[in-house]
Amino acid sequence: MAEAATRGRLITRAWTSAEPLLEVRGLRTYFPITAGVLQRTVAHVRAVDGVDLTIRQGETLGLVGESGCGKSTLGRSILRLVEPTAGHVLFKGRELTRLSGSEMRRMRRDMAMIFQDPFASLDPRQTVGEIVGEPLDIHGLASTRRQRQDRIHELLNVVGLSPNFANRYPHEFSGGQRQRIGIARSLAVDPSFIVCDEPISALDVSIQAQIINLLEHLQDQFNLTYLFIAHDLSVVKHISDRIAVMYLGKIVEVSGANELYRRPKHPYTASLLSAIPIPDPKVEKVRRRIILTGDVPSPVNPPSGCRFRTRCYKAQPRCAESEPPLDTVKLNGHEAACFFPVE
Amino acid sequence: MPEHLLEVRGLKTQFPTKEGLVKAVDGVDFHIDPGETLGIVGESGSGKSMTVLSIMRLLPRPGRITAGEVMYKGRDLVKASEAEIQEVRGEEIAMIFQDPMTSLNPVYRTGWQVGEPLRLHKGLGLAESLREAVSIFTKVGIPEPQKRVQNYPHEFSGGMRQRAMIAMGLTTAPSVLIADEPTTALDVTIQAQILELLKRVNQEFGTATVLITHNLGVVAGMCERVMVMYAGRVVEEGPTDDVFATPRHPYTWSLLQSIPRLDAEAHEALRPIEGMPPDLTNLPEGCAFHPRCPFRIERCIHETPVLAWVGDTQRAACWVTQGGADLGAAPRGRQGGGVAGG
Repeated sequence: MAEAATRGRLITRAWTSAEPLLEVRGLRTYFPITAGVLQRTVAHVRAVDGVDLTIRQGETLGLVGESGCGKSTLGRSILRLVEPTAGHVLFKGRELTRLSGSEMRRMRRDMAMIFQDPFASLDPRQTVGEIVGEPLDIHGLASTRRQRQDRIHELLNVVGLSPNFANRYPHEFSGGQRQRIGIARSLAVDPSFIVCDEPISALDVSIQAQIINLLEHLQDQFNLTYLFIAHDLSVVKHISDRIAVMYLGKIVEVSGANELYRRPKHPYTASLLSAIPIPDPKVEKVRRRIILTGDVPSPVNPPSGCRFRTRCYKAQPRCAESEPPLDTVKLNGHEAACFFPVE
Repeated sequence: MPEHLLEVRGLKTQFPTKEGLVKAVDGVDFHIDPGETLGIVGESGSGKSMTVLSIMRLLPRPGRITAGEVMYKGRDLVKASEAEIQEVRGEEIAMIFQDPMTSLNPVYRTGWQVGEPLRLHKGLGLAESLREAVSIFTKVGIPEPQKRVQNYPHEFSGGMRQRAMIAMGLTTAPSVLIADEPTTALDVTIQAQILELLKRVNQEFGTATVLITHNLGVVAGMCERVMVMYAGRVVEEGPTDDVFATPRHPYTWSLLQSIPRLDAEAHEALRPIEGMPPDLTNLPEGCAFHPRCPFRIERCIHETPVLAWVGDTQRAACWVTQGGADLGAAPRGRQGGGVAGG
């Protein structure tokens, strides 16, 4: 029965259409490091360093990785909130990286972002109504005051807030409510694609489930496609249809969410999964952890070959010589960039 | 009555603020014995950090302890002089914090800092204290300790800083180690390393460990006993196995239902806790959890429950379970699924 429930969700949500909504090809985003009086560029932080990714219509693609792996930069590069250095982003068949400013602005009616920190991302001097209504003004989506106000009230309703809140200011609200305000704003343009960047990590534990459920509910209601970026793999596995694992600027594994948990192929994924505590003492007592040694290397000077090899418990000389492409392991939509995958 | 290594009784800590009196800690009792691991779980504002800061007498202004005692080896730390409490902080009870940078001084070399308690409290010379620092760096798994003691904190990664701070806490072989969210700022693979280290310290040196966290998974893997706090009070306490298997307070029960589990078989809708954490200046009457509680009865709205035995091993501050009601098992293996509702 449990299996049927999973399948039911996948069928209705993810694979009604095999059509990709978004395709990322060879995406690179480098940040220059400058030094000296002349501010000469001496090196680059290779935050995103050659990423291929496909997001299907109506699915949630989870993107996990540790801090500094480039997952947020990848999300922002896709929306061109930071300019990618190279590569392509195809959204509904259109190449985003070549669009002019005004063309891109028009595209942004169809794509939105939800940020991590509901305290930092809302202007404290604007009322909730102004915050939620701003995208309507920018994109000219409400022709009359009446229409605008109705739409703001509708949006607040949709995220579970009282329309009366429109005249109040962000500081009057708790973290969970502010995140709802942020979500209402991102829905204002009626997007089909939303990048959720750590949308619940700043919230209290007892509030997180409310926001997760809200995001799932909105997805079904408005047929949204999500790129869900988070470091918490339990949350990502819960909400995602498929998961991509990122390490030091690269995708190292991508697969269906349950498949990834049951049969991780990349040693990094395996150790990441084993490191997540499970809230059950009986389970924890018998779990075997793969404890990685050392820290993530610098993205300025990533290791040769496979970037994970310096911390990998399965590394061989070959891993230093050449870089395994993502399709080194490939079966039934499960891909991993590893020469010596976990059995 | 047998004496415990550390015993807190009726502790109350309050902060007078413009908005009103904040009862950050509102009558907390607990104890810990040598070699034990105790988890204190709660959300922000539950009073878990303020409880241990009160024990250490490190409360930020204008907070102060208004009632209760903290008995440590026969002495009441609440009444101890500043000199006495400093002695205890340096040698007996060590504390490590979420952000190591708040405890490490950026202008001194790490080895110098880690050796400082030995110079202050054990009368060691500089060279000797540095040798000790190298040996303790080795114990906490800092590679190349000879070289590392010469580094400044900013030259360390987050995980390494946390190791250095644990090292600093361990120099004087304290009998109690209090870790306040020690891994919250760290990535999971680094978190696993630090938790492993804390476990080893507890087992090898028999250091009683108090681990404060909001992460139920961390408690499940680390602690023999757990204490759940809500709005400045202990709402449930007992052996970790029992509390997770049969929670006796609706808050614990709800919390376990609301978090996604990595090992969940199918997509299960989470059951969120309604409402939001209470405003500490304006707590509801009766049980502070009653506005969010799915089990509440009339009595909960008017009368504040006290911590009492429910079953043989657990204590809970709940009229419903004290009256004999069973909340049902923790969410393990719960069925359901499909698409989540809002």
